Amino acid sequence: MANYHVVIIGGGGTGAALAHDLALRGIRVTVVERGEVTSGTTGRHHGLLHSGARYAVKDQESAKECIQENMILRKIAPGSFELNDGLFVAITEEDLAYYDEFMEGCAVCGIPTRTLTREEALRLEPNLNPEVKLAVQVPDGTMDAMRLPLRFFATAKHNGAVIKPFTEVISLNMEGKTVTGVHVRDHTTGKEYDIGADIVVNAAGPWAEKIARMAGVDVPVQPSPGVLVAVWGRYNNMVINRLHRSGDGDIIVPQRELSIIGTSSWVVDDPDQLEVPEEHIRLMYEKGAEMIPAIKHAKMRAAWSAARPLIGSRGATTGRELSRTFKCFDHADEGVEGFVTITGGKATTARAMAETTADVVVRKLGIDAPCRTREVVLLPHTAYYT
Amino acid sequence: MAEKIIQFKVFRYKQGDPEPHYDTFMVTVNERTTVLDALETIRRDQDGTLTFRHSCHHASCGTCGMRVNGREVLACVTNVMELGTSEVTVEPLQNAPLISDLVVDMSGFYETYSQAHMPLIRESEYLTESEVAEGVPFHMRLESCLECGLCLSACPVVGTDPDYIGPATLAAVWRVVQEPRGEDPEALLAWIDSEQGCWRCHAAMECTEVCPSNVDPGGAIMALRGELTRRKIGRLFGKA
Repeated sequence: MANYHVVIIGGGGTGAALAHDLALRGIRVTVVERGEVTSGTTGRHHGLLHSGARYAVKDQESAKECIQENMILRKIAPGSFELNDGLFVAITEEDLAYYDEFMEGCAVCGIPTRTLTREEALRLEPNLNPEVKLAVQVPDGTMDAMRLPLRFFATAKHNGAVIKPFTEVISLNMEGKTVTGVHVRDHTTGKEYDIGADIVVNAAGPWAEKIARMAGVDVPVQPSPGVLVAVWGRYNNMVINRLHRSGDGDIIVPQRELSIIGTSSWVVDDPDQLEVPEEHIRLMYEKGAEMIPAIKHAKMRAAWSAARPLIGSRGATTGRELSRTFKCFDHADEGVEGFVTITGGKATTARAMAETTADVVVRKLGIDAPCRTREVVLLPHTAYYT
Repeated sequence: MAEKIIQFKVFRYKQGDPEPHYDTFMVTVNERTTVLDALETIRRDQDGTLTFRHSCHHASCGTCGMRVNGREVLACVTNVMELGTSEVTVEPLQNAPLISDLVVDMSGFYETYSQAHMPLIRESEYLTESEVAEGVPFHMRLESCLECGLCLSACPVVGTDPDYIGPATLAAVWRVVQEPRGEDPEALLAWIDSEQGCWRCHAAMECTEVCPSNVDPGGAIMALRGELTRRKIGRLFGKA
């Protein structure tokens, strides 16, 4: 096989999984990231290993991706997750009215469920609102938002991939309408240089549109931030979700010695302009306390925003109406060769995003190399450094 | 919300520079602004070449360890106004090789730390009275240590003896002794029962002081000494 070289722009979860996938297929890979790896959206996400149940009614494509990937990640990244499952809790009559639709959606998407009575739910999670009517157990879990992608990076690195943090893309090098590499600045030295590539993959998440514009193409990415609030203490061991349509502050993810309440959703043009509106912090406390009343007086550890890279046309208003699925764009369709964009998706589905993208890359390179990431067990996160 | 202009004095260094220097940036902060928020604002609006490590923004990844006004902290949970100074000095961690600006090389730390083989998942000590859901083996949670390196930067012994195993790794060894989870505590105890191991500590307890995640490395080191002493006395009386 010719010694093909692929440059990936973006050191988040998607870039990590893609570097791993391509390295396993025998391709030389270089990842460039303007900051530390996982310093964009990836590190800031909720830490939820999705069962897909959150999307089982309104966004079934994403729900199916989530449950499939959830099961694969348990196999390829053992020891990385708090596998305590999750509960969807009905607190009001209105929540209860959503139950049938929810169960049907989960069944269609292949998400295993177990319905619990009020008493059973309270025995599992005694801090739940005593008003709880019933609960549904699903295979949610908690992940470490940085250490899971580090396992992908570690394994990629040990298979020959080169990871370059603090290396910012200044421009794309082009010959006519073909992208031939990237021009970068190494912020640890202040020096600029070129990296040649057979294919450049834009995996810049909410910054993907900015990168695409460098090649004169447009990708429909809508940066959609949400606020998350971490409080001290674990009030639950299982992930607690509100049994209703996706809304604000309806998921509490326990993690280490913290509980993370999220999230809200709005849209911005610039993913570097992330505010943490005071009223959103209040809303997280308020909505979180509807599921677990003790949250109301929990001591705050941190509040922050993360920008989802949703696929959607401009004009979306809250981001809630946009799908959580992902899409890979081969820009040859718009007449630009050597350039591919992957965007949308979720941390839970990063491996699938990588598989789809790597399939496009090998097809473009004209080589036959199947995906192996469903089976290969990842190295521990510490191997990224050693 | 009240706002204030704060002067940030930031340590700067690029590979190849003859020596480091400090740059000054003025940043408007409010009651919620953290040191990490301020650094991101500086990078976005004033100097795009500033390098620092960060990821989760809520003290769970451990990447944004640095020294703020001379003290080891995680920048993401360090509130600027609560520092109470109109000038804030930001410097990289000590006792690790400098890469650039506020970024240090953590690979030496991980070389040692990974030898403790501490599993990332432990049994959760919270809500122990509650029932465990069907299909779930036990209430589990991620270990507390964030691998942030604050304890190594603050430790006076690490500063003078680069061969010292150090507080983070010793604390990880103690966790394996407490809950082996399939690992071999005997081999680890033999490793740390040495001059560069748990006996090297001067009990300055700076590690426990700066730990952002309740690991108490100082306490763990004392516990390891206790465990080793108990075993020695046990052997002395023939009940190893």
